[in-house]
Formats: sequence, C-alpha cells, structure tokens
Amino acid sequence: MLAYLVRRLLYAIPILIGVNLITFALFFYVNSPDDMARMQLGQKRVTPEAIQKWKEERGYNRPMLFNAAAKCEQPLFGWSALPKLCHEKLTDTIFFDKSASMFWFDFGRAEIDGRDIGREIRLRMGPSLAVTIPSFLIGLAAFLTFALILAFFRATYVDFIGVVLCVAAMSISVFFYIIGGQWLISKLWHLVPISGFGYGLDAWRFVVLPVALAVLAGVGASTRLYRTIFLEEIGKDYVRTARAKGLPEGRVLSRHVLRNGLIPVLTGVVVGIPTLFIGSLVFESFFGIPGLGSYTIEAIRSQDFLVVRAMVFLGAVLYIVGLILTDISYTLADPRVRFQ
Amino acid sequence: MPFIPVILWTDRLVFLLVAVMIVSAWYIRRHEHLRAPWGKVARSRYGMCSLVVLSVFVVIGLLDSMHYRPRLEAKTAEGKVNYAVEVRSVFDALVAPLGRRLEKTYSAPFAAYSFSKETIQRPDGTQAREFPRLKFGGAHLKDPAQELVPDVLRGMIGGIGVAAVLWIVLTMVIAAWLAGAHKSDFGPMLSAIIHGTTEVPWRAMLVTAGFVLAVAVPLALLSSRYHVLGTDKVGQDVFYEALKSIRTGLVIGTLTTLVMLPFALLLGVMAGYFGGWIDDAIQYVYTTLNAIPGVLLIAAAVLITQAWMDLHPEMFETVSQRADVRLLFLCIILGITSWTGLCRLLRGEVLKLRELDYVEAAHAFGVPPWRVITRHLVPNVMHIVLITIVMEFSGLVLAEAVLSYVGVGVDPSMISFGTMINSARLELARDPMVWWSLAAAFVFMFLLVLSANLFSDSVRDAFDPRVRTGTAAQLRRLLTRPAQAT
Repeated sequence: MLAYLVRRLLYAIPILIGVNLITFALFFYVNSPDDMARMQLGQKRVTPEAIQKWKEERGYNRPMLFNAAAKCEQPLFGWSALPKLCHEKLTDTIFFDKSASMFWFDFGRAEIDGRDIGREIRLRMGPSLAVTIPSFLIGLAAFLTFALILAFFRATYVDFIGVVLCVAAMSISVFFYIIGGQWLISKLWHLVPISGFGYGLDAWRFVVLPVALAVLAGVGASTRLYRTIFLEEIGKDYVRTARAKGLPEGRVLSRHVLRNGLIPVLTGVVVGIPTLFIGSLVFESFFGIPGLGSYTIEAIRSQDFLVVRAMVFLGAVLYIVGLILTDISYTLADPRVRFQ
Repeated sequence: MPFIPVILWTDRLVFLLVAVMIVSAWYIRRHEHLRAPWGKVARSRYGMCSLVVLSVFVVIGLLDSMHYRPRLEAKTAEGKVNYAVEVRSVFDALVAPLGRRLEKTYSAPFAAYSFSKETIQRPDGTQAREFPRLKFGGAHLKDPAQELVPDVLRGMIGGIGVAAVLWIVLTMVIAAWLAGAHKSDFGPMLSAIIHGTTEVPWRAMLVTAGFVLAVAVPLALLSSRYHVLGTDKVGQDVFYEALKSIRTGLVIGTLTTLVMLPFALLLGVMAGYFGGWIDDAIQYVYTTLNAIPGVLLIAAAVLITQAWMDLHPEMFETVSQRADVRLLFLCIILGITSWTGLCRLLRGEVLKLRELDYVEAAHAFGVPPWRVITRHLVPNVMHIVLITIVMEFSGLVLAEAVLSYVGVGVDPSMISFGTMINSARLELARDPMVWWSLAAAFVFMFLLVLSANLFSDSVRDAFDPRVRTGTAAQLRRLLTRPAQAT
C-alpha cells in the first residue's frame, strides 16, 4: 500500500512538470512579457521605456530559461565540477522565478492589485467549501436515491417519466436554474437574500439557495447515469440469487445493488472531491460568494495571467490528488482490488 | 456582381462537415452492416421526432453560414466598386427586414409602444412624458389600444391556417414519395402513415413537423409587423437574435468534435495497439491535459489569443472575420480540452480488440501494423466515435453559454445564446421585468439541446451493443410488453 502510494506520488511529478511547462509556454512564450506589459499599460501608445520599466518592476527583464549573464556565486546543487553551470544561471530566470516557484506553492503577487496570491487562496477556500461540500454531499445522496427509486420502478411508466424528466432537466442551461431560483425564491418570496456571504453561522442564509440550485442543476445527468449503472447491476446473477432466497426487492436494491453499483459511481465522484476547493465559477459569481471561483472569474475578466496560472496549477495538483484518492477508495469499496 | 461571397473559416469547415456527412451517407447506403444500426435509429420514434426539430435548426444554421458582402451604391473616388464592410448571410437576406428594424431600446413582445417613457413634443407644442410609439413594431396600427389584440389574433389564426395548408401538402408529398419508393399506391400509403403502421415512424414525425409549423409560421408572418419576442437594450429584435444564435451553437457543437476527432482517433488507437512506450507517452499527454481544469485552460488560451488579436488588428478585414477567427480558436481549444475522454475510451476498446482472433489472424498473415489499424481496428471502434460525437454536442452548446458568461466565449459582437443570456440577466432587476430576452434564449436553447439529447440517445441505443437502457429503448419495451418487472 505505502509503496504503491509513493509510486503514484512520484508519477504525479512528471504530470505537474508537464502542466507547469504548458502554462509557462502559454503565458510567457505565446504571449511574451512585452505583450503583457502592453496589455496592462493600455494597448497602443506605450513607450518602450514604459514597457522596460514595467518589466523591471516585475522581474520580467530576465532571460526565459537560462541566464548566461548571471554572476556565479553558488555552485549548482553544491556541486563545483561544472564551473560554467551554477545556481544563479538557472534560478535568475523568468521560468524559475515565475513558474517553477509554483512547486513550493509560492504563487507571487497578483498583477492587478499586488496582493499575495497564496494568501488570497487560503482566505477564499472557506467560502468556496461552504457551498461545494454541502452541494456535493446532498447531491450525491439525492442522485443515488432517485436512481434507486427509478431502478425499483424499472420498466414502468414511473421510470419512463423519470428518465424523460432527467433528459429535460439536463437540457436546461445552469443559468436558467440560477436565474429562475434567484427570481422565485429571493425576489418573489423573499426567503433568502439574493446574493452575498456571511461568516460563521450566519452563512447558511446565503449558502442554502446556491446549494439547492447546484443539486437541482446536476440532478438530470447524474440520476440518469446512476440509474444505468444500477440497471446493469440488476441484471447480474448475484441479484437473482438474492431474490431467489426470498429477499424483498427493496432490500435487494439497498443492500446488494447499491453496494456493488457504488464501485463504478466512485470513479466519477471521488476524482472531483479535491477540486471542491476551487469552487464553482458560475455559482460564486452569481451569488456573490467571495470564494476561489469568483476570484478566478475576476482574474479572467481583468486578464490577470498570474492568478489564472496559479489556479491552473492548483487545479492540476488537486486533480492528481483526486486520482490517487480514487484508487484508495476502490480498495475500500471492493475488497477484490489490490494494489500491485 | 451585386455582392462578393465571403467564405469565413468556420463556413469552410461547416461545408467540409456537410460534404463528409453526404459522402458517408452514400457509403453507408451501400453497405448492409452499416445500414442496419441506422435503420434502428430510423425506426426510433424519439430519435426521428428530435431529428425533425434538429433539421430545422440545421437548415437555419446552414443558411446562416453562406456569407457575402453586398455592393454599395456609392463608388470610391477612383470609380471602383465598393463593398459593404458588414458581412451578411443568406439567412439575413431571407429575413431581410428583421435584422434591420432597430428600435430605440427595450420593448415587450407584440408591443406597439416602447418600454420606457420619453419626453415627446406634442403637435400643439406642449411636452409630455409618455411611452412613445415604436418605429416598426405595430407601426401599421392607427389606434393600438383597440386594434392590437384583434390584429395579432387575426395574424395568428391566419398563420396557423397557412401552416395547416403547408402541413397537408407536406403529408401528401411524403405519402406520394413513399408510395413511389415502395412501389405501392398513394391511398394505402397515406392510410398506413395515418394509422402509424409504417416502419419509419412517419406519423410521429409529421405530428412533430405540424407542431413546428404551427408555431413557426405564425411567428414568421407576424414578425414582419411586430417584434414577436420583443427587443433588447439596443432595440435589436430578440427573435432575430435567437435565430442567429443557432448557427453559433451548431458550429461550436459540431466543429469542436470535428477538430478533435483526428487526434483522438489516431492517438487512442495507437496507444491501445502498440502499447509500451508509445502507450506511456500518449497516456502522459492526456493525463497532463486532463489535469488542467477545462475552463481554466480554455480561459488561458482564449485570453492569449485575444491578446494576440488585439495586438494584430491589421489581420482582419471586417469585424465578422475577426469574430469568426475567435470562434474557430474557441472550437480548437474546446477540442483540445475535450479529446482526452474519447482518446481514453478508444485506447481501452483497442486494448480489448487487439487480443481478438481476427487481429491475431491478420498478424499471422503478415499484415503490417498500419494496415491492421486502418482495416481491422478503426472500423470496429467507429461506433464509439459516433456515439461520442452526438453525446458531446449538447454539452458543448451548454458550455458555450458558460464560457461567454466567464468572458472567454465567443466575440462579444457575435450573437450567441451565451451573449444573449449574459446581456439579459441584468435586465431582470428592472421593474417591470424585462423577461423576454431570457425566455427566448431559454426556449431556443432548450429545444436545441433537448432534441440533440434525445437524438443522441437513440443513436447510442442503436450503436452501442452494451447499453440498452436509453429513453427510446425504454419506451419500445414499454409499448411492446406492458409493465412487467423483469
């Protein structure tokens, strides 16, 4: 188990390096620091001096990958056999300063307001989680229940109407759930505030509507998927055995089908758990929740490349954590699966 | 020439796609084993009804993909012919007045008066704040308070009458055509259609077509005199916007998969077939791409193309060409982020296939690997490719709206469901509410995505040997065998 985990973690390193290189190439080669300076200082009529000053202030006036002109003081990895190559030549570069530094979660300062990105991420994680964790848990429970109900009534009109409703529900854009919900619940009935966020226990008033709408928006696709999974399980021999020994249908579904059906469900679900940290772009921005989702949207709208890059890297790290968690959850759910 | 044709990049790809579809339809017709699953789709009631709705959207989208620039009356100083800067489409020309009749600002559906009050100079010289008459909506009425409702009702009834005539003609034409094709008589064929005993569910399709006609014809006829779905903030007709959005949605839904298809197919099959370091490398590439959150990768790439396009304005002759290049980039980027799923599916399938006897036999006969892939493996994974294409479509149409909201979708000058929703969502806060833009976007988008979902369901039912639990199969089972728990 431990050896397996270590191997998986080591396997994550090349992937993160790949992500880092892709974002580096996208943000610094396709769009050079000169272009960035011109964007930030305002399109045209920018003097070359102003660009140079902007680059110097932010440390973009260095070479991309290898600084041949750097003064050597420290040997590379304390290894003095290569006098031409030294610590400074590699570290005094844009790549080391702006991109490789993300490996130790040093994201630098935001381009627009100059705030520390790492600190901002830590602050905004809470509000994001306040929405995503309840919607994840309630959603999962609701989808599994609905899917089991549909599986119980399989090949009847209840099931058919359920599936039709699911297809209809998944054909509606998430915006209409949000706009409709805000209009009906907040504007017409005045049950909860339209948007905003409060800390502590007060938060529930702001969180309840986005959570409910997030569950509603996901209900169609997930219920239909889980129903298909359950129906596949229902056709198997062990289910027939369970019925043959006289178990009532409800018990067959809840004890046998549900447990075995959970294995394929886990594949899709566990991978998403770590990314709950990132929050939801659309929901946070519609409900004015100061989480990472609205942080990202603001960064995209104000073209703050450093923040977007930090979020890309964070998302990749969380995705890999999710992959490892998926593997672990398999052994917990299915005793036949063993790590090799 | 009174116009010069303008072929935008996405137009080229759209027509390429149409050509590919025609060629493959011709190829499928000649091969029995390929025809069989499509025959299953053709017998599915849900699939064919949604196909009727989808084809209406596709026709509008195709008409909207033929672009040109009209000639201007005024010539340049040197006497050369001058063409308009604005790129128009055949669809624009067909609905000519619709796009041009701009009001000042919002107006409700079927309104004759503006939505907001204005100070108006009365003929007697006094000033008053009242709702001004619209320039075009209901302009033919003398006294809207009295005449508006009867006029609209008359228009609707007339429209439905026209629709009924069209529908009867359509039914006759189809019955005559079927009678000719099946070498039977017109009468029995018509009665078979009416009783729903034809193999292809013509009755259900004609009922759907009837509904579409009954809604579309009155709207189309009335739209020449009214703004049937109101106008938006800048006075643009919402009905026109909704119709124009269709092309954007279709382009994103289809071209994205077209762009990603070659990569996914080639890499997926190669990874599964060769294994070893090739497999490792391809798996590494798609895991890495998958690790980056989709929206963020798209955002990053679109921001960068945007910045690049802002710095090179000289490359684009007109605003539409610029918007079009951005749309194409969006398709490519969406394709890059979404090919990984298909690639992984194909790899898994090929891993299974390459152990089968017929591949083994091909190896034993000394067939080179490249030929094994093209002759034996690719044809046997095509059903996965097809299912993925039709399943991805609706998701991509929905994704466009989210991306436009985030600010990394299509160009703001391009009409799309995303831009419609985005500009309309703030209007809800007004009092009285401006609901029609959102409602129009909702209805059109819902119809498009729902019919795409139902159609993809029936395609999956027909092609996937494993899944037999979709909507269409479900209903078939219900109808053939009354409720009986298995």
